[in-house]
Amino acid sequence: MNEFVKLFELIISASLVNNFVFTWFLGLCIFFGVSKKMETALGMSVTFTAVMMISAAISWVVYKFIMVPLNIEFLMIIVFIGIVAGLVQGSDTIMRKVAPALYYKLGIYLALISTNCIILAVPLMNVGNKYTFIESLAFAFGSGVGFSLALIIMASIREKLELADVPKHFKGLPMAFIVTGMIALAFTGFAGLIKH
Amino acid sequence: MFEVHRIVTDLLGLFQFADISQFLLPKVGVGAEIEAKEAIAMAPLIKYTLIFLAGMSTVFGFVLAFAAKKFAVKIDPRVEQVNDVLAHAHCGACGYAGCEQYAEAVVKDPNVSPSLCIPAGEKAALKVAEITGKKAELKEKELARLMCQGGLDKSQKKYAYEGVLDCRAAVLAGGGDKSCIYGCLGYGTCERVCPFDAIKMGSDSLPIIDKDKCTACRKCEAACPKKVIEVLPAAKAVLVACHSRDKGADVRKFCKVGCIACGMCVKVCPFDAPKIDKNLARIDLDKCRVCGLCVTKCPTKAIEDFIEPRPKALVLDNCIGCQICAKACPVDAITGENKKKHSVDQQKCIGCGICAIKCPVQAIDGTFNAEQIRIAKQKAKKEKEAAAA
Repeated sequence: MNEFVKLFELIISASLVNNFVFTWFLGLCIFFGVSKKMETALGMSVTFTAVMMISAAISWVVYKFIMVPLNIEFLMIIVFIGIVAGLVQGSDTIMRKVAPALYYKLGIYLALISTNCIILAVPLMNVGNKYTFIESLAFAFGSGVGFSLALIIMASIREKLELADVPKHFKGLPMAFIVTGMIALAFTGFAGLIKH
Repeated sequence: MFEVHRIVTDLLGLFQFADISQFLLPKVGVGAEIEAKEAIAMAPLIKYTLIFLAGMSTVFGFVLAFAAKKFAVKIDPRVEQVNDVLAHAHCGACGYAGCEQYAEAVVKDPNVSPSLCIPAGEKAALKVAEITGKKAELKEKELARLMCQGGLDKSQKKYAYEGVLDCRAAVLAGGGDKSCIYGCLGYGTCERVCPFDAIKMGSDSLPIIDKDKCTACRKCEAACPKKVIEVLPAAKAVLVACHSRDKGADVRKFCKVGCIACGMCVKVCPFDAPKIDKNLARIDLDKCRVCGLCVTKCPTKAIEDFIEPRPKALVLDNCIGCQICAKACPVDAITGENKKKHSVDQQKCIGCGICAIKCPVQAIDGTFNAEQIRIAKQKAKKEKEAAAA
């Protein structure tokens, strides 16, 4: 029972309390890039969460069973980047053949994901916090959900913002940054949700 | 090192009353917490590092190479060639989601026409046809036309609108602020929607369409909430630039340049092109010969002539003096005796080009349609010769 509570806590913590976009301010390039339209935001969310969980799992296995016994933990940043890039390239190739329909809907986001900071931060945090395999997966899932939430909130606001009477110099990206700041401020309200 | 640590903790102490130190010192960290070791054996470390990195890159290299081979998707090279020719505006005028999708469809599906990419124009259509081995049906060049001339100083407003400056928003407030419910609202939705930068809002808050940049992609036509922009053949340059179906008296009240359905254009047209339907004159584009007679007669100047300025007629030396043109001229600008070269009064001539149409020997030049008529007659002559042979 206690185990499940911990997992649930991890998911809530990664998605709301320590939301990667609004608390850590990671992955902002994609966040601003694809949050212009609801449709692309949704596509990105699904792809992102899936890639995140797979890469977290592989990174955990490689770290635990290869890097720790060999005493080469310091290589983890390079190795994790390599794993993510390889994984993204591989799934790109395979998806194109196996599920072309899915590829044309979601595959276009794959290349963007490989350069995302969150996808690197999650395996690093898994290592830093000494999470078990299941916990790592839960953490990855939570951060994926958190990123999706951020994208969807932002997309719904920006679609409305298009029609709003924004002062000329704030139009577009500057306004998006201001709105992000305000949402981040609102997200600090989740801070007391979990007692450490 | 100790000093720095003390300074940091002191600073954090300042924030403690607000209890926000949680944010400044998060418990999880991107740096990860690797324990420091007493001593490091260098030789095995370097050895394992090299072996591990080389091993990992080899594994990834083989897996990716295998995946690329096993899951290779054959892409028709013609798709890429077609894709290079298209306009890459992703305007959707062809009916597909994007340029790539159209390129794929036109190569794979024999029923898809190669001339659907309107922005890329005729040349691209011919090239696509060449690559795909299809026949290009050339489309007539089209342009977006604004069917309203009621700018700020020529039309009335029924209230002062102070909302979001977008036509689609303004139309929600009682159909917009113009008294005429058919008129252009002038808040520039078409300007923002145009992917080719062809529409600019003029000083009288009417959009000005750049005919060189416009590709007739129909984005503005779809976006305009008043449906006041129409995409029409570019050659048909005389149009009733008004959509108002109000009664004449109301039109006069709301706007200085609206169509009052007086029927003057119907009477004056030698080709029977304008028709009055539900308080609005419309020009039948199949019948219209773009002579522009109606433009000069329209009492409210609601008919717009897009050929500006109209070149005037000249009589060439091969005139046989048949007087057909003099009879056909609607403004009596042509005079001349039988079997002698006629002359055109440049003051009276309105450049309608009717004389050029009627002349049996193509002795009239200078009008806007003279070139076309010459080409058409030559073509007909060639066909006749071919048929005779």
